[in-house]
Amino acid sequence: MTVEERKGSMGREGAPKDQFPVGMRVLAVDDDPTCLKLLEILLRRCQYQVTTTNQAIMALKMLRENKDKFDLVISDVHMPDMDGFKLLELVGLEMDLPVIMLSANGETKTVMKGITHGACDYLLKPVRIEELRNIWQHVVRRRKFDHRDHNNYDNAGDSEKPQCANSEGGQGHIPSESSDYGGKLNRKRKEQNEDEEDDGQENMHENGDSSTQKKPRVVWSVELHRKFVAAVNQLGIDKAVPKRILDLMNVENLTRENVASHLQKYRLYLKRLSAVASQQANMVAAFGGRDHSYLPMGPLDGYGNFHTLAASGQLPALSSFQANGVLSGTNPAGYGLREFAASRIVQPGHSHGNTSNPINDLGKLQRINLPGSQHGNLLQGMPTTLEVDQLQQHKTMQDANIHLSGGFSGTGLTTGSSSNSFVNVTNNSFVSQAHQQHMQSKVLGNHSSVGMPSVTSDPFSVSVGGASHVPNLGRCNDTWQGDVPLIGHASNSFHHDDLANMGANVPVGLHIDSNPLNISSSNVVAAPLHNPVTGGDVQCQASSFGGNMMLMPSALDGDSKFLNFGNAGISKQKLKEPNRDHIREPNLVFNSYLNSPLSVPTQKCKIDNSTTNIQLTHKEESILETSKSQGGFYSSGCSFDDLVNSMIKPERDDIAFMDNDIGCDFYPLGACI
Amino acid sequence: MAATALKEQLNGLVNSMFAEGLLDEQFQQLQMLQDGSNPGFVAEVVTLFCEDSERILTELTKLMDQALVDYSKVDAYVHQLKGSSSSVGAQNVKLACIQFRQFCEENNKEGCVRALNVVKHEYYRLRSKFETMLQLESRIQAYENKQQN
Repeated sequence: MTVEERKGSMGREGAPKDQFPVGMRVLAVDDDPTCLKLLEILLRRCQYQVTTTNQAIMALKMLRENKDKFDLVISDVHMPDMDGFKLLELVGLEMDLPVIMLSANGETKTVMKGITHGACDYLLKPVRIEELRNIWQHVVRRRKFDHRDHNNYDNAGDSEKPQCANSEGGQGHIPSESSDYGGKLNRKRKEQNEDEEDDGQENMHENGDSSTQKKPRVVWSVELHRKFVAAVNQLGIDKAVPKRILDLMNVENLTRENVASHLQKYRLYLKRLSAVASQQANMVAAFGGRDHSYLPMGPLDGYGNFHTLAASGQLPALSSFQANGVLSGTNPAGYGLREFAASRIVQPGHSHGNTSNPINDLGKLQRINLPGSQHGNLLQGMPTTLEVDQLQQHKTMQDANIHLSGGFSGTGLTTGSSSNSFVNVTNNSFVSQAHQQHMQSKVLGNHSSVGMPSVTSDPFSVSVGGASHVPNLGRCNDTWQGDVPLIGHASNSFHHDDLANMGANVPVGLHIDSNPLNISSSNVVAAPLHNPVTGGDVQCQASSFGGNMMLMPSALDGDSKFLNFGNAGISKQKLKEPNRDHIREPNLVFNSYLNSPLSVPTQKCKIDNSTTNIQLTHKEESILETSKSQGGFYSSGCSFDDLVNSMIKPERDDIAFMDNDIGCDFYPLGACI
Repeated sequence: MAATALKEQLNGLVNSMFAEGLLDEQFQQLQMLQDGSNPGFVAEVVTLFCEDSERILTELTKLMDQALVDYSKVDAYVHQLKGSSSSVGAQNVKLACIQFRQFCEENNKEGCVRALNVVKHEYYRLRSKFETMLQLESRIQAYENKQQN
C-alpha cells in the first residue's frame, strides 16, 4: 500500500544515469512491511533511487505505465496478491527488466525456480547491504547483452561511441564502463522505444534527451507475434535473423531492433522451457516427482494454471506460446488447445533442444500480448485471441506443418491446430500430422508445448513448449477410447531440456525418436491415440515433446485437468491397462501435474502400447521416464538411461496415479499410442 | 548526564538481548543503518515488525483453532513471520518459526499448536524488551534534543 515515489532530487533525466550505479532506479516489492522497510533503507544506503510497494499488482501497474521508469526490480517470492515468480515472468516479458528475487526460503528448488523463471539473481532474507551493493551489475549486464544483440543487426557498435561520450556525465563509480553502459542503456532504451528508427545512430547523440523521452514500446500483439513466429518458423529458428524476420513479417513501423529483442526473448523462453523440462526430469528422478511446487515449469508455477495449460484455457501461457507458434510459423496452437484455440504448438523440436527456448520465449512473448494479464492467468485474455486463431490454425497448421519440417528437425508439428493434433511430430513423419489435428483438439490444447517434439529420428527435440501444456492429457481420455496413456515422449529428446520445458510434466519417456510416434510429446492427449496412431505413429502423440508430454487425449475439452503437459497426462486409470509391460518406457504418463484439475481420471490418455505407437517402446532405452507414477517430473534432461530405469521400476501397475493430485503422475503408458 | 545513564541502560539492555539469543547480528546491521539521515530507523523497523507479527500471530491462532487445519496457509504465515523476524534480527522468534514449519510439513497438529505457543512466547518476550528499548531511545533522543536546544 505504500508507494513512495521516487524521491529525490535525481530525476530520471540527468545525473543518475551518468553516475550509474548511483541513482539506479529500483522498484522494491514485498508484502512484509518490515522487510520492505529494511530493503528500502538498505537500497537508499547504496545510493539507489528506491520506490517501494507492497503489492505486486501495484508494482506491475507502475512498471507498465512507464517502462523506462525503473532499472531494476526486486521482488519477494511469497506475496498474497500474486506469486513472485509470476511477477518475475511478467516483468521479464513485458518490460525486459532485470528482476531479483528475494525470499526467506533458500531451498535449492525454489532458487532454481527463480532462475528458470528468469530471475537474474536470488537473494536470501535477511538481506545484507553487501549483496545489494552489487545488484547494479545485473542492469549493466542486461544492457550490454541487449546492446550486443542489437548491434549485430545494426551497424555495429559505432553508435556506442558517441553514446559514451555523451553519457559521460558524472560517472563516478565506474569510470569507463559506466559511461558505456549508460550510453548503451540510453541506446537500448531508444531502440526499444522507437518504432521507426532503425539505427540508433541518430539517437545516440541525444543521450541525455532520449532517455528522458518516453517512446512507446512496441507491443507485441498476438497478431504480430504470430507473424513473428511464422517468420521464424519459415526461416528456421537457427537461421532466423531479425532482418529477415522483419522482411518476412512485413509490418510497418517495426524496426529490426524490435524484432531482435523479441527474438532474443523468444529464444530465452524456449531455452527456459527446455531447461525446465530437464530440470523436472531431474527433479522427478530425484524426488520421485512429488514435488509439485518445484515444477520448474516455469510458467506453470507462477501462473498456477497458467501454465498448466489445462484445458481450462488457463493455459494462456502456453497457449500463448503456442500461439507464438514458435515453431510452426503459423500458430500451431492447434494442439488441441482447446482453449487456446490458438495455441500453436510450439514446436518443440526445434530440433534439438532448442525448442524449449522458443517456447519459453513464446510464452513470454505471448504474455506481453495479454493485456492486463492479471495475476492469474495472464493469458486468459489470450484464449480469445487464440480461439480465433484456432480457426485459422487449421489452415495454418497445414502450412505450418510444412514449415515445420523445414524449420525444425523433423519435428512434428506442433502446429497446434486447434484440433489438437498435437502432433508432436517428432519426426518428420508427423509433419503430416495434420491429421493429428484431428486427434483431438483436446490434445494439446494446452500445450503449447510445442509438443512437437521434433523427434526426428533422434531425440526428440522435445517439444519444449509443452511444458505448459499438458493439459491435454486430461483430455485425452475423453477422446481416447482406449485411454491410451500418453506417454511421455520418451524420445530422445529427453536430454533435451525440452522435458524441462514441459513444465514439469514429465516427458514421458517416449522416446520417440525414429518413431513417428513421438507421440510422446505429441499430444498424446488427443485422445484417440489409438486411432490416429495406427501403428507406429502415434498421432496422438503424447505430447512428448521432448519432454513435454502432452497429455493427450484426455478429454481435452476444457478439461483442464489435464494440464499435464507433460507427456502423458495419462489417465491413471488407464494406464494400468495398456500393456504396461512393454511400455516401460513411455508408459509413464505424466499427469498434468498442474493443478488439481489434473486429476486425470477422466483423462487418461492411453496410449496403446501394443500398437506400435509407441515405437517408443522399443525405444525403451531411450525412453525415459515414466517411471514413477508420482508426479515425478521428468525433465528431458534426464538421460535415457535414467529414464528407462526409472520407468522400469514403477512401471506397471505400481504406478500410482495421483488422483487429483497436482503432482505429476506418471503413468506408465503401456500403450504407446 | 541523565542521557548517559540512559544510554548505558539501553546498551545494557541490548547487550543482554544479544546474549540471550533474542537478537542476532542482523539487528546490529539495523543499528548501523541508523544515523543522521535515518534517526528513527530502528524504532521504525521494530514497530513495523511488531505490528505485523501480531497480525500474523492472530491469524495463526485462528487457523490453528479450526477443526481441520489448513497447513498450507499456516505455513505461508509462518514463513512470512520467519522472513520478517530474520530481517529484524529476532533470532529466537525466527528459530521458533523454523520449528513450527517443521511441524507444519508433517501436518502435525499438536506439534503445531505447541510450536505456535513457543513462537508467541518468544515474540512477547522480545516485544516487551523492544518496548523498553524504544522508550529508552526516545528519552535519550529527547534529552539530546533538549541539549542541542
